[in-house]
This record gives sequence, structure tokens and C-alpha cells, in this order.
Amino acid sequence: MSELSVNHLLGIKYITEDDINLIFETADHFKEVINRPIKKVPSLRDITIANLFFENSTRTRLSFELAEKRLSADVINFSAASSSVKKGETLIDTVNNILSMKVDMVVMRHPNPGAGIFLSKNIKASIVNAGDGAHEHPTQALLDCYSIREKLGDVAGKKVVIVGDILHSRVALSNIFALQKLGATVKVCGPKTLIPKFIEQLNVEVETNLRKALEWCDVANMLRVQNERMDISYFPTTREYTQQFGVNKKLLDSLDKEIVVMHPGPINRGVEITSDVADSKQAIILNQVQNGVAVRMAVLYLLASKIQ
Amino acid sequence: MSQKVLLNATEINIALHRLACQLIENHDTFTDTVLIGIQPRGVFLAERLKTLLEDEYKIKNIQLGYLDITFYRDDFRRSGKPLEANKTNINFVVEDKKVVFIDDVLYTGRSIRSALTAMQSFGRPLEIELLTLIDRRFSRHLPIQPDYRGRQVDAINNEKVKVCWKENEGEDVVYLVSN
Repeated sequence: MSELSVNHLLGIKYITEDDINLIFETADHFKEVINRPIKKVPSLRDITIANLFFENSTRTRLSFELAEKRLSADVINFSAASSSVKKGETLIDTVNNILSMKVDMVVMRHPNPGAGIFLSKNIKASIVNAGDGAHEHPTQALLDCYSIREKLGDVAGKKVVIVGDILHSRVALSNIFALQKLGATVKVCGPKTLIPKFIEQLNVEVETNLRKALEWCDVANMLRVQNERMDISYFPTTREYTQQFGVNKKLLDSLDKEIVVMHPGPINRGVEITSDVADSKQAIILNQVQNGVAVRMAVLYLLASKIQ
Repeated sequence: MSQKVLLNATEINIALHRLACQLIENHDTFTDTVLIGIQPRGVFLAERLKTLLEDEYKIKNIQLGYLDITFYRDDFRRSGKPLEANKTNINFVVEDKKVVFIDDVLYTGRSIRSALTAMQSFGRPLEIELLTLIDRRFSRHLPIQPDYRGRQVDAINNEKVKVCWKENEGEDVVYLVSN
């Protein structure tokens, strides 16, 4: 198989294990490309991609833009803050206006869950979801799994704990789907207020004791505490959160094995992860960022090859 | 479908020796020369030539790399089936080196055009030459010609030249396959 089963990347839920492996194999080739003296290939030179960011982003937007440029695509950027969305234009109108300028692919981040799915049913363009509310962030999950595969050789059979704010996290949901499709076992760990109800239905165990979770796992994915999404208080103080769910060097050293520490960024240093851990050899945070470009190149390349 | 033998194992062996000698004539000790096998099928020929040069002609330290041209092809989204990438492995500097591209069959010349573009990503070689085992005459779409050729053949468009190698297909033979 050398073709994706889908025309859009809307979420990990909608793609197969074969799709994920194809993306990884293609990303291997692009990783070699981006380490060359000239890091660019001409594959997508006749493709135009619009990056529509209705919500703030630095790393994801830069990563996508770099991936697009390294594939030689033409890129236009759009952010909601400086657009007619503020004047009351609907999503479909905004996107159709952009598409009438002959755009082939849309990379979209939107605060509403399902925005990408809605768009895919209403417009003619290949859509990549770059995060929709608290729903999915598929490329982040792909690059996380790719980084685990790179570090540990394989994802299958590995034990991964996702720690922190699961409730508000699209990274968590996409990671759960991706890890399970690739054969890993997933637990989540965090304050009960930040664990969604019915999460067990996804075959995910809940662990509220961080030490126990770390003793069990091979990989710990530390999520950011998303203060901006918290309309009410989910834990008493940041200090208390850090004491119970923050990872520090002392805690990692007291474990009888060396686990891999990941973080999707941006890091709140000293809250969910201390600086000495974030900058240690156990952390693969910057590898994740580098792999992000290769994985996104693979996704864009494979989706573009399906455009008629 | 019928196929006829264009070159048998002995003839391939003679051609390989001749190609090796022609390379030595032009590149002497290969100090400033690197061989690049074009993925996927040029790699077998490139490895064969390297072994021959080292074992039979006692030339040491020949640098051989593999170049995949998938992302540089001009038929992305135009060919019926999806393109599959292969591994590129060039772990030496090509800047100011004499590069010899090695591929099994030269047909339209489009693969070599892609390879020329791909090579630019690795630096600016002093010169690039092309070695091919089979040169399909009168079928070029681009002004590209080989510097070294094993055998020139006339084949019409719906015929296919199939190069088989001992390492991969169990025997050294070149077929002309027609539908």
C-alpha cells in the first residue's frame, strides 16, 4: 500500500494503522531530505496551501509553513485576528473566498471541535486539521508516535502515560487513538477534575498517582496546563498541581528504569516539568519539534498526491 | 506477452568489464570521482561495478552513494499509481567531485533529469556523467545521452526492457518484453 485511505487528515480516529505506517515511512525519507545542505524538494511546486489559523499558534504554524516550503508549495497565511471573521463572515464564506483564489489544500486550526469535518463536507479542497478545539490534533499525535518509534524502535507493546490536563487537550485524544492503533497501552494521569468522564470507554486506564504511573510506563507525555481554557478552577493552586503532577529530576532518578519524557510544548517550566528534566537526555522535546516538520511534509505530500 | 533475451549472463559480464575499463580510462584512481546509483534499479548495477573495480582492477576506496529521485519527478500526481520513495544515502561530499550517475536503462531521460535536479541539493559537482547498461535509442523525451553504455537497443514504445540481477532475481539477464 502506498496511498492514504483518506483525502483529508481530520483526525487520527479516521485513519488506519496502515495509513500511519505509510506516513512514518514517508517521513523517514523527508527526515533525510531536511538534513541535506539544500533542504528542499520540488514535489508540490504546483500546489497552493492556505494556512488558516482561527486560534493562536506558533510552533504548529511554523512547522506546517516550513514543511510546505520545503516541499516547494506556495503558501498563504491567514490568522483570524486580522481578518473579516471579526466582521461576521461565516467559516464557509471565508474559506470559499480563499479557495476561489485557486488554493488546493487547507491547513486549519479552529477553536470549535469538528470545524475541519464540517469544512470537508462543504468545500472542495484537501483539509488538514491542525487542531480543532479540544477534539483532535492529528499531526501532533503522529509526530509524538514517530518520535517514540525513533527513540525506542517501535510503538507496539510500549506503555505510555499521558499526564496532566486531559480534559482540555486535543493532543491527548489524538495521542490515545494513534498509540492504540499502533499497539501501545495508554494510561492517563492527572487531577480527577481534569480527566474527562467516560474516558475508560476508550480503553484507557486512569491513574491519579503520578509515581505509580511513572513506575508503570516506558514513556511519559507531559501535557501543558492550559490556563487559557480553564473557565473555572480545576485545582487549588499551581503549586499544589506541581507537587502532585509535576515531573522533576529527583522523581525520575528514584525510578528503577529510565523513561522517555515528552512534551508537546509550549512548556510551563517549573509547573508540569522542571527545567532540569526538560533539558535532560531523557527528554525528547526538541526531537519532537524536528520530527514535526518531517511528519507534516509526509502528510502534505501524501494528501497532495491524491488531489486530482 | 513474449520476451526475448537481449543480453545473457556472459554478455552482461563482458559489458560490465568494458564499462569498468572505460571508467578507469577517464577516472584513473577515482580519488575525485564518486559513483551514484539511481534508486531503485540502478543500485544493483552500481554495486556490481564497484565490486568489479575493487576486486578485479584493484582500485581502492571507491565512494558509492544511492540517490532517490521520487520527490524530484515531473509526473507527481500525473501518473496513475502513487510514487513510492526509496532511500537516499550519500554520506560524502559531492562538491567539486566528478559524479557518475549509474542506472540500468536509459529510456525517456526523465529520471536522469530528476536526478540532475536532486543532485543540486547536495552541492555543486565538478561534472556529472551518465553510465547505463541499456540505452534505448530513439525514445528520448529530453536531450540527455549516456557517456558510457553497455548495449544500445531499438525498442518500440509498448516494449519494455527488463534487467534482472543475480542478487535480486536469481540470474543475470536482460529481456525485451513485448505485450
